[in-house]
Amino acid sequence: MGKKLLLANDHIPGIQSYQVYRQHGGYASVEKALKTMKPEEVLEEVKKSGLRGRGGAGFPTGMKWSFLAKPEGVPRYLVCNADESEPGTFKDRYLMSRIPHILVEGMITSSYALGAHTSYIYIRGEYYYVAQILEKAISEAYANGWLGKNIQGSGYDLDLYVQVGGGAYICGEETALLESLEGKRGNPRIKPPFPAIAGLYGCPTVVNNVETISAVVPIVNGGGDAYAAIGVGKSTGTKLISASGHINKPGVYEIEMGITVEDFIYSDEYCGGIINGKKLKAVVAGGSSVPVLPADLIITTAAGEKRLMTYESLADGGFATGTMLGSGGFIVMDEDTSIVENLHTFARFYHHESCGQCSPCREGTGWMEKIIHKILDGHGTLEDVDLLWEIQKKIEGNTICPLGDAAAWPVASAIRHFRAEFEEYVKNSSQIKKIRHYDLINH
Amino acid sequence: MSTSKEIKFSNEALELVAKMISRYPEGKQKSALLPVLHLAQAEFDGWLSPEVMDYVAELLSIQPIEVYEVASFYSMFNLKPVGKCLLEVCRTSSCWLRGANEIVEHIEKKLGIKEGETTPDGMFTLKTVECLGSCGTAPMMMCGAQFHENLTFQKVDSILDQLKSEGKRKTYLDDVTVNHY
Ligand SMILES: Cc1cc2nc3c(=O)[nH]c(=O)nc-3n(C[C@H](O)[C@H](O)[C@H](O)COP(=O)(O)O)c2cc1C
Ligand code: SF4
Ligand code: FES
Repeated sequence: MGKKLLLANDHIPGIQSYQVYRQHGGYASVEKALKTMKPEEVLEEVKKSGLRGRGGAGFPTGMKWSFLAKPEGVPRYLVCNADESEPGTFKDRYLMSRIPHILVEGMITSSYALGAHTSYIYIRGEYYYVAQILEKAISEAYANGWLGKNIQGSGYDLDLYVQVGGGAYICGEETALLESLEGKRGNPRIKPPFPAIAGLYGCPTVVNNVETISAVVPIVNGGGDAYAAIGVGKSTGTKLISASGHINKPGVYEIEMGITVEDFIYSDEYCGGIINGKKLKAVVAGGSSVPVLPADLIITTAAGEKRLMTYESLADGGFATGTMLGSGGFIVMDEDTSIVENLHTFARFYHHESCGQCSPCREGTGWMEKIIHKILDGHGTLEDVDLLWEIQKKIEGNTICPLGDAAAWPVASAIRHFRAEFEEYVKNSSQIKKIRHYDLINH
Repeated sequence: MSTSKEIKFSNEALELVAKMISRYPEGKQKSALLPVLHLAQAEFDGWLSPEVMDYVAELLSIQPIEVYEVASFYSMFNLKPVGKCLLEVCRTSSCWLRGANEIVEHIEKKLGIKEGETTPDGMFTLKTVECLGSCGTAPMMMCGAQFHENLTFQKVDSILDQLKSEGKRKTYLDDVTVNHY
């Protein structure tokens, strides 16, 4: 069994409550940081750990923290991104609802490192019940002197609040999230300035994912070096993977980075193989935004090496033959799956979620959805497949925020690896089974 | 349709609003807009009429347009009346792979309505939504604050029967009390 850092105590009954969490070593990182470390020393451990952002982009957390501006007399904020709306991703919900105190603890230790005295957890509105679990954990933390004024006699003050969203994937993008937290529409801001300089209310702000902030707890407890000793190369530590689709054991798994993809899919410790003994057809390895790969390319790289569950190995081969670890939303498809139909659900999603600020994204996502719908419905032409390719190419890199790219990549990869399947729909339109006509869009 | 009753929050709700506003710095009370809109929707029949939005604007000392533009941006806010139980069925990839379309069709048949419609008795509205972060327990739907996961036709039937016999409006704030704040 692999080493577990975040979910090590997941099996303990009552671990949701303060008492049980504390009995099992909870809040030790806050004690250690506040009583024995300067904020810079906490930052140093995070740097040493090699921790990379778990929200999708994989940016080194220590580096991000060191960019935070510290002008005199201006408040700084730490904002936790609990928007988790990337299709295929549900690890943050799992962690927050099972072990809410680890996030609260991580928020305190991280806020101390950054010199923040007010911090927020922005959680997607659909997770209202999870927000309630967090509210309860936070009030327990206040009652036991871990939040509020003069925490554990250290002289450090911190208030921590939960804010709920209203149902919009785009609010996971960090600047859209800040807009939403300010009570506005979730329109991403033009960068620069980056949040580290001008974030919430124009003040220096760090935005980090739930899993990233929670990982600070074991990093401070065990030291950055011990964390960095787990994993392979620049993929250090453990990662929560949300596994779904046609597998025997869907769920959230904490893996040591570096296990093979094959092991993850087929071993009984993890996904337990494909349901009904079917063959594997394709995998979306890191949430809806990353390129889909056919079975052979996900199990081994184009060079014939076993692919590993790491940032680097999954990206091996670039977009021609590789993909990305992304948010760790691992969606598995069996041999009977229609790649085009699955793609349609993604295209519809991005169309629905585009904030509408940039024309390539606003118009392009709608266009792609309609063309894929047309192909599925038996009215497509071979030119439509080329048109689809052209549209995604024109969106990529031409928008304010990365949602445009995220909408383009699934389309590009589906055509790149499964073009024959699109052509099959065009050529054999008489054999197409009836597809479900949802409203083309229901905003 | 506009509500005939006076548009005013209950005392408990007003207390919650004050707590929500207190979470943000002086002068940044607009930050409380999303939580207050959720509260308004729960208090006033599950949807936000223009009158309700005007009331929220007044509570937060902001312009009505600032409320309208936000309410219309986020998918959880209903700008038209909905049934007591809004069934939100996820239709994205992982749920689709595990039979979400069939679940939607089953509900349509059972309730005699199409997606987007409300049953004549005003009990159910059926809506399809994008990924709700429950992909490992697909297919799933949400009603009020509750996630119903690993759905089968049988499970759907018993959930619908249960909701109908309770006959209560379900909101995202079910079980939220002022104590949590
Ligand atoms: C469209 C879009 C949606 C995103 N959704 C999320 C999300 O739900 N959760 C998250 O942590 N990061 C999300 N991100 C990434 C954030 O912008 C940001 O990079 C992240 O919160 C940084 O935290 P990390 O460094 O800890 O990963 C999203 C980005 C984009 C472009
Ligand atoms: S890329 Fe799309 S989601 Fe991002 S800002 Fe532009 S229109 Fe909005
Ligand atoms: S795809 Fe349905 S909950 Fe994620």
